[in-house]
Amino acid sequence: MSYIAKPKVVHPGLPRNELGLSMRDYEGGMSTLCAGCGHDSITAALVQAAFELSLPPHRMAKLSGIGCSSKTPAYFLSASHGFNSVHGRMASVATGANAANNELVYVGVSGDGDTLSIGLGQFCHAIRRNLNMLYIIENNGVYGLTKGQFSASADIGSKAKKGEVNRQPPIDPCLLALSIGCTFVARSFSGDKEQLVPLIKAAIRHRGFAMIDVISPCVTFNNHEGSTKSYDFTRRHYQPAVYADYVPPAQEIRSEQAAGSLQAVTMHDGSRLLLHKVGADYDATDRLAAFGYLSRHQAEGAIVTGLLYIDENSPDMHELQATPERPLNSLPYAELHPGQKGLDAIQARFR
Amino acid sequence: MQPTDTRNPDYFHKVVDCQWGCPAHTDVPGYIRLIAQGRYTESYMLNRQANVFPGILGRVCDRPCEPVCRRARVEEKPVAICRLKRVASDLRDEIDELLPKAPQQKNGKRVALVGAGPASLTVANDLMPLGYEVVIYEAQAVPGGLMRSNIPSFRLPVEVLDEEIAMIIDMGVDLRLGTPVKSMKALLAEGYDAIFVGSGAPRGKDLRLPGRDEAAANIHIGIDWLESVAFEHVDKIGERVLIIGVGNTAMDCCRTSLRLGARDVKVMARKPRQFFKASAWELEDAEEENVEIVVNHSPKSFVVEGGRLVGMLFDKMSYEFDASGRITSEKIEGEVLIPCDDVVLAIGQENAFPWIERDTGIEFDKWDVPVVDKSTYQGTRPGVFFGGDAAFGPKNIIWSVEHGHQAAISMHKHCHGEDVAERPAYGMNLSTAKMGIHEWSYSNDYDGTPRRVVPQMDLRERFKKLDLEVELGFSAEQFTKEVERCLNCDVQTVFTDKLCIECDACIDICPTRCLTIVPNAPEEELRGKLSAPAENLEQALFVSGPLPQTGRVMVKDENICLHCSLCAERCPTGAWDMQKFTLKVPYAGKPATTGTESTS
Repeated sequence: MSYIAKPKVVHPGLPRNELGLSMRDYEGGMSTLCAGCGHDSITAALVQAAFELSLPPHRMAKLSGIGCSSKTPAYFLSASHGFNSVHGRMASVATGANAANNELVYVGVSGDGDTLSIGLGQFCHAIRRNLNMLYIIENNGVYGLTKGQFSASADIGSKAKKGEVNRQPPIDPCLLALSIGCTFVARSFSGDKEQLVPLIKAAIRHRGFAMIDVISPCVTFNNHEGSTKSYDFTRRHYQPAVYADYVPPAQEIRSEQAAGSLQAVTMHDGSRLLLHKVGADYDATDRLAAFGYLSRHQAEGAIVTGLLYIDENSPDMHELQATPERPLNSLPYAELHPGQKGLDAIQARFR
Repeated sequence: MQPTDTRNPDYFHKVVDCQWGCPAHTDVPGYIRLIAQGRYTESYMLNRQANVFPGILGRVCDRPCEPVCRRARVEEKPVAICRLKRVASDLRDEIDELLPKAPQQKNGKRVALVGAGPASLTVANDLMPLGYEVVIYEAQAVPGGLMRSNIPSFRLPVEVLDEEIAMIIDMGVDLRLGTPVKSMKALLAEGYDAIFVGSGAPRGKDLRLPGRDEAAANIHIGIDWLESVAFEHVDKIGERVLIIGVGNTAMDCCRTSLRLGARDVKVMARKPRQFFKASAWELEDAEEENVEIVVNHSPKSFVVEGGRLVGMLFDKMSYEFDASGRITSEKIEGEVLIPCDDVVLAIGQENAFPWIERDTGIEFDKWDVPVVDKSTYQGTRPGVFFGGDAAFGPKNIIWSVEHGHQAAISMHKHCHGEDVAERPAYGMNLSTAKMGIHEWSYSNDYDGTPRRVVPQMDLRERFKKLDLEVELGFSAEQFTKEVERCLNCDVQTVFTDKLCIECDACIDICPTRCLTIVPNAPEEELRGKLSAPAENLEQALFVSGPLPQTGRVMVKDENICLHCSLCAERCPTGAWDMQKFTLKVPYAGKPATTGTESTS
């Protein structure tokens, strides 16, 4: 970590967004993570995406659990709401927050330990509820805070820093999410902001649970030879399947974007996603095909990235629960509370 | 783009804008850091090595370093580089032991220097320690040239001038005062091994308008008049004074007038303010003393009544400009009479060499000034060199010093039968500033303090005597703040491409977004593709070799890098390092160490 604060000096040519804010206004405190940590790049990508979407920072909420990844909400959007929860329980806290106020943009940041080990159940059920949030897994294959033990996403054959080899099969969050009905499944790499930033923007605009599994190398414990989550290994096995361009609602699609093998997906708020398919005839709206493609390439050792699956038509949690459109936390007490008579009537139904 | 060749000292030198902008390449960040550490004597000596007159220049330098200071691009105002130099000079200890000395054993070469101004004194400073016998001919009874005769003592105290000149003369220079050189032929006949002409640009321009001769008693040529004041031949002037011209000499004339009894001083300018030649700070100082600066008045005639100057007639002008601010047309709007008792003409000065015969092999060009080589400072006759205002017309002290250094190199070569056209190379040294994981051997934390203002003597006090120094110099509270404003541009960001793992840590942390990893492209294309637009074309782009993992390149826009070290602190592999750059400047008889030494 650095001892000095990032100087407040702003480049005179730095662009401003629709709110008149610069990228610097979306930053947070100085990172205390190791120098070169992939998580810091994801932080920077979140800052860039929020800036480019002109999101008002005070209308956003950052949530996390425990772990290196879960420290990062302190490093972006210092003007937003935040909740640093118990290990593996971020999804539940997010559910509660979202239930009370559906008007905020929810950004959950978790790690492979926080999501795939202690928080696996929470994660799966948030997906099933189709909770409207962006859920980022900063995936480095090790428990960094406890000095580098294998996590549940470590690949078979991957070597720890001291040489021991992992023999347990990994949980692939993308395959898992696809199998339980996740409506937005993507994978990316902290070292590829050109891919990651549009994905984050699309995920924020997606109504429902948007999961991005981001390979985020741990420079201290998992960036050596024999690691399958190092910068070098990831770049050598990197295989983008679908490039996604995010196009805001009012903007026209440029002709060069429309050329080639493109798939356009209209999002809930009228914005669109342009999906550039690489190679095989990939259909990002076909869950079964996505599952098959991912499994096949995984067996070949490829790290498939991009927007793997999107479904804009499934109801999110509020729709499923038929809650009123107005956020519950803004409803007057009288409307929220059925009153003694109402309560008695409800209880009578269960007698 | 080709990978940047950082082994050429010019690349990193250019990043140190102040040092690059200083004609004598003073190590500005180096001496400011020494002041910050309380090492005033070392700071003074570091200055002296390059600019010879830190005490003088710390007060009256034209400061080409300040407009180019990076701090002025980051916020509004540059570091007060010049006034910090004065701090080093004011607070230094005795330095007799540290000054260069002339050896007992002479080298048998004799050189003559014409004029005892800053250029000649610099030549003497560089040649005396090499064993030369140096003779300086000076027309006046005291040395210093224009530094003494044209810079008023309320800006530059005589003691400061005397002390710094003595440091050179006391090495054993044969200074012949009151001895103008009347004939180049005669001088050549004395058999010197080399001659240096540093006689300045001594002729002030006149303004031939109706009434000029009738009113001659009350019309003064600026530089001559300042000289008369300096040598105490003149000690008063009329109540109402008009200064014609708006350069730095005009500023000295108007402020001097106020100290000789003038009550109402107007500086008359032909054009609007943006065309003024005077430095912004000199204008400010004059206006603070209630000098009125009148624009758009073109002199027409001197008005004489009863054989005495009573005023001047001006044409009132108006101008039209094009988009780039150039004047496209001018119009006379009418006539104005401004009454006055005296007029001082400060409209420029010229070289004059009545004493150089035209058949000595020294060629003169169509403007009747000697033809001088821009790198060797040699005239067309081998062995005769020119420097200071005598070489290329009026400039300023710091340029004269650099001319002196260069001419001394040439004279040394000439005296030893070497080719003067072969210039010695600059060298450099890089050494890491890393002291610990996040500790550096310099103050890397950005300090947002605005520029400190040098306190000045009270307006009621300062006019009581001509030689009361107006600027009081920084207080300790002030300069300890001001030194922290320096961005330490000499502590360079040095990149080793083969170590980079492209984790983006440096790019994400850079507060001014000057780093980018992109596929290589031609410069024009690259400038548009960076994290923040690189629109300042005067500032270089650093481009690395191909990076190991993707073959892309690291690009750094040098423009507003704060040298805060965060890129190096966040780099997990040490691909970025902060390294102290030291420019090695060659002087006469002292080549810079060639090649590069790097610790990484």
